[in-house]
Amino acid sequence: MNASAAENRSDRLMTLVRRAVDPKGIVLVLLIVILTAIIVLNPSFAEPGSLMRFIQRVAPIAIVAIGQYFVIVSGEFDLSMGAVVTAQVMTAGHLIGEDDTKTGPVLVLMLGIGIIVGIVNGLATTLLKVPSFIVTLGTMLVIHGGVMWWTGGTATGNPAESFRRLGRGGIEGLPVVDLLPYAVLVLIAVIVFAVWISRRPFGQTVVAIGDNARAATFAGANVWRTKTFAFVLSSLSATVAGVLLAGYAGVHPSVGQGYEFTAITAVVLGGVVLGGGRGTVLGALIGAFTLESLFTLLNFTTVPATMRDAIQGAIIIAAVAYSGVIFAKRRKRPSASDIASAPDDATTSARVAEKPMTTSAGTPSSIPLTGGDGADRT
Amino acid sequence: MRLRLRRLDTTALVYLALLAVLIIAAILVATTGRSLFSPGNIRDILTGMSVLGFVAIGQTLVILGASLDLSVPYVMSLASLVAAQTMNGSDAMVVPAVLLTLVVTAGIGLANGLIVTVLGVHGFVATLGVGLILKGYLDTNYQGTEGSVPWSFQLFGATGIGPVPISTIVMLALAALVAFILVRTAFGHHLFAVGGSSEVARLSGVRQRLPLIGAHIGSSVCAGLAGLLLASRLGVGSPTVGSQGSYDLLSIAAVVLGGTVLMGGRGSIWGTIGGVAIFAVLDNLMSVMQFNPFLKDVIRGLVIIIAVALYARRRVIARRIRFAANAPGPNIATGSAPAPAPAPAPAAAPAPAAETGGRSQ
Repeated sequence: MNASAAENRSDRLMTLVRRAVDPKGIVLVLLIVILTAIIVLNPSFAEPGSLMRFIQRVAPIAIVAIGQYFVIVSGEFDLSMGAVVTAQVMTAGHLIGEDDTKTGPVLVLMLGIGIIVGIVNGLATTLLKVPSFIVTLGTMLVIHGGVMWWTGGTATGNPAESFRRLGRGGIEGLPVVDLLPYAVLVLIAVIVFAVWISRRPFGQTVVAIGDNARAATFAGANVWRTKTFAFVLSSLSATVAGVLLAGYAGVHPSVGQGYEFTAITAVVLGGVVLGGGRGTVLGALIGAFTLESLFTLLNFTTVPATMRDAIQGAIIIAAVAYSGVIFAKRRKRPSASDIASAPDDATTSARVAEKPMTTSAGTPSSIPLTGGDGADRT
Repeated sequence: MRLRLRRLDTTALVYLALLAVLIIAAILVATTGRSLFSPGNIRDILTGMSVLGFVAIGQTLVILGASLDLSVPYVMSLASLVAAQTMNGSDAMVVPAVLLTLVVTAGIGLANGLIVTVLGVHGFVATLGVGLILKGYLDTNYQGTEGSVPWSFQLFGATGIGPVPISTIVMLALAALVAFILVRTAFGHHLFAVGGSSEVARLSGVRQRLPLIGAHIGSSVCAGLAGLLLASRLGVGSPTVGSQGSYDLLSIAAVVLGGTVLMGGRGSIWGTIGGVAIFAVLDNLMSVMQFNPFLKDVIRGLVIIIAVALYARRRVIARRIRFAANAPGPNIATGSAPAPAPAPAPAAAPAPAAETGGRSQ
């Protein structure tokens, strides 16, 4: 109540430490450490121009991770993303060709394909009650096989310049950064949209459904519509990433390969829990940036490029093990005072965990003031 | 008895589906003027079954325990390399090489199991991570095929009794062994219990970690056997042989096609073998009909979704009947050690598990 300024400051420091050891916080710390290491190894990386190029390179993965976030937080998987990226890249290459006038219509067609894939994934998962792992595995085979069958599985000429500009071009002649890639603008737009929608009722409902679909149903949530929309967002994000990659990397059947696992890695790295109900959009975004900056760091060291996968594997295990330990520690507190608390309700028990700490764990006033809730939700 | 009756239910459906696929395939093949059931073709189908069969048996164990194993393709590649390099063309080294391969793969399985149980990492992430680590190791240390397999070991993949290849017989024998372990031993019952609900199993006095660790070891060893078989067929070890066949996702699809629930706790080995057989017949049909390889993927994907959609509808009903019929049964009737565990597990678990599709970490 009458906390002095000094106490207040130490409280604030405690909160900062608490947030830093939080699964999401630790990734941010990791990102900062990696970026610092890159800049130490290669000072020119810190120049605005090369930073912009770095963000341009991360943009497709970050966008895909944001899309995957909505599906994972709803308690499902989307394994079809990589195939969608490949399909969109190949579609662009084959349909646009050298004809600039086709750019617009084909873009619309690609968005349409993305929406349809999402709806099929979502409806098969919710209405046909097939596990999403199997549904999206099936659609992955169908989409990838279908596109390769149609195109013959060969690389073709790159699409028209007006289309590629989105992925590789930018606004030139700016004062500080010199060149502002369109990909960065697209990424910013996607982030703003994702953060906005995750604060809308949809964003709240999708987390609630991922946490406990039955409870959400009783509370009046429409599970099948919400999950289907999450799948649509996911394949739309894969479409956007495909558009950027077609420009940035060119048209090749291997573009997009393995993107689904990279996206899941990034999302999980950002503190989003597989099985749903916990995590934030910004966490997924930070996860994507951390993963890609880690790869950039490896490029500056003598570690062979083939070890990238091994390091990605070790990191993802460590990240999930760490967040598991942290959550387990938090969850133990209430069970000492309140044995009957349900172990399954993740969000509720996390909330319960905050409350007794303020009353019984001996650190009054610091946590409720800063709002532990705010740390967990965007 | 009760167990067997129930299992017949789902498994019977799988074999009915297999029969339907066989009939359709036989008619389609007959239109090209050939026979699906010629000895050569039967051998092709059975050969196609054996590799995926080994992997899927292991995958069934892990999925029954409500985990996953995405590391199998890299375990297979590694196993083929370890075996081929240790043998290096000499007959005397066949037995040591096989034993070494099994030990190495069991070690990987142990690592998977410990990460999943002790560190509490979701099976998807744990095995994806271990798989990536193995992939990094393979890509860094091997540029192409290495080692060589002596003729005596190549016979394992090349010979057969009549139209039935030895490898398929070994695979079916392994399936019988694992099915026996699942139905008759404490380990099997505990695995079902832990897969149904880890928490309820724990409250019933089952050590939740041991069955799951055992399942992961079993899965990796089965993948190792598949790798040995591939090495014997190729004559060399290859760092990409596992990932080329995308055995991780196909084996999961075969297991689910065989009626095992992805959430764990329900399913059978023989269903999985049925699922593998369906895939093998389809593949053979498409090869005989000379389909475009990409079109094969499209059809495989469609079959997976449609078949599982049919099961999923059925399973919702089957589950309810099972509760009504069995809920009071085992508690009173069988007081033996494993019985109490499976009984309460389904009663408490499926409601949230089935709805959310989520597993708590």
